[in-house]
Amino acid sequence: MAPPVAVPVRRGGAKRVLPGFGLTLGYTLFYLSVIVLIPLSALVLRSFSLTGEQFWTAVTSPRVLASYRLTFGASLLAALVNLVFGLLLAWVLVRYKFPGKKIVDALVDLPFALPTAVAGISLTALLAGNGWIGQYLEPLGIKLAFTPAGVVIALIFIGLPFVVRTVQPVLEDTEKELEEAATCLGATRLQTFTKVILPSITPALLTGFAMAFARAIGEYGSVIFIAGNMPMISEITPLIIIGKLEQYDYGGATAVAVVMLVFSFILLLVINGLQAWQRRRAGMPA
Amino acid sequence: MSTSTNLSRVRAGTTESPWVRRTLIGIALVFMLLFLVLPLAAVFTEALRKGFGPYFDGLLEPDAWAAIKLTLLTAAIAVPLNLVFGVAAAWAVAKYEFRGKAFLTTLIDLPFSVSPVVAGLMYVLVFGSHGWFGNWLSDHNIKIIFAVPGIVLATVFVTFPFIARELIPLMQAQGNDEEQAATVLGASGWQTFWYVTLPNIKWGLIYGVILCNARAMGEFGAVSVVSGHIRGQTNTIPLHVEILYNEYQSVAAFAVASLLALLALVTLVIKSVVEWRSEQERKAIADLPPERPQASSGALA
Repeated sequence: MAPPVAVPVRRGGAKRVLPGFGLTLGYTLFYLSVIVLIPLSALVLRSFSLTGEQFWTAVTSPRVLASYRLTFGASLLAALVNLVFGLLLAWVLVRYKFPGKKIVDALVDLPFALPTAVAGISLTALLAGNGWIGQYLEPLGIKLAFTPAGVVIALIFIGLPFVVRTVQPVLEDTEKELEEAATCLGATRLQTFTKVILPSITPALLTGFAMAFARAIGEYGSVIFIAGNMPMISEITPLIIIGKLEQYDYGGATAVAVVMLVFSFILLLVINGLQAWQRRRAGMPA
Repeated sequence: MSTSTNLSRVRAGTTESPWVRRTLIGIALVFMLLFLVLPLAAVFTEALRKGFGPYFDGLLEPDAWAAIKLTLLTAAIAVPLNLVFGVAAAWAVAKYEFRGKAFLTTLIDLPFSVSPVVAGLMYVLVFGSHGWFGNWLSDHNIKIIFAVPGIVLATVFVTFPFIARELIPLMQAQGNDEEQAATVLGASGWQTFWYVTLPNIKWGLIYGVILCNARAMGEFGAVSVVSGHIRGQTNTIPLHVEILYNEYQSVAAFAVASLLALLALVTLVIKSVVEWRSEQERKAIADLPPERPQASSGALA
């Protein structure tokens, strides 16, 4: 008898001892298509039914341009505030001991758990002229609720956990020995921070920043209550889409949505790139 | 003498002076107070502004009840759907090598990057009266947009990645060794999953489920686009809050909102407990003596 012919080994075949590859991957692709890919392509295909001119007019009318400026500007500002205070919070939570630390640590995730509409009405109640904070600011001539400044505050709330939660684990893993070495070589504490610690957490910091920025751009629930929603002044881009939908301007709504979608994709790629950079820094395969 | 000064210099070099420390902690705590504690406290004080009577009136109103029931129904459908998907996707991605895996994981994360309003619009374009299936659906008298199925679909979309992205890194870190051992010993696929994989991922699973649930019950933007805001019929709790708030029924709005704030607090507590328990288990395993060090070195020799 001829010896049994060696079964050709598939690429990665050695790992397929476990059953269920076809079932789980098949179901994953099916569910992904039904929930995400088909509706997403509906949006893109619908935008092709517009002529180039219709599309361009819809996405560049003055009111829409003003909404981009507010959405992107406020999101950038909020993400920058979160970058600074997120780093501070992560630092304090990792490096220092103080009473109530566990509670503070748990509370950082509140913006993930608290529905955005609740955050919106609550921040508005705080900052309105008769609110806990607003009543002290109003006599000074500072108005936050129903202005673009209110939008920034809502977006700071929404994006707060991102930087903290991306920086925290990296900071926990940094090696104290490096800092000791820097000190022994004569570095001041500030030099150690900027030249040793900061470079090692930069990828994580930027990832958190980009995530907070991306989240802020799409945010709707918390913003519409506090913004006042005045056209040209405090109207965010997602609200423009809703407004067009309510006027049955499906084409216009789709066009603006595609602009937002393209920007989301770009940010998603940037975040993926940053995370790969971070994994390389940590010495893991990208 | 010289050693002790060296030591104190090193210590000074790896931490900050007490004054700097206290200032940083102080700034962090003030920031937390202003941006997290005050908004949370405001929900409850505004809800109880006129005492417990009006508070419970706001909660017991029939429309509020209908909203609560709809929200529970939506979460009860959306969370299990995404749970099954999350486990299947994590199994496929973590246990096997195949081409396009990185692209697949990016696609799974995609719903997090899409604005909720854009997500709602997508479903309107597929199932709405002017959408792809609009005519067919109206011919067969099926309503998806401005009805409960649309709300469920929008919720499924925004909570899509939660459980999968929690499980994928967890299962990747655990590797295939235990599952392969079970399979070699004759366990079926389901037995392997049920008795080997599931106990290993249970904390990650619970973690993903509670975050998914919190978002499912609290989603506003996407649901707002597809709901049609029919009181008592297609209003979820967050949408009901909006209606009450816009009608200047502040106490009722905050009363209903306080339910969601309580949900958020319960979510945070469960999350902390889960983190604590999984940390304990991890430590317990790390403290175990290494298995058969003698035998393995003997086998090598």
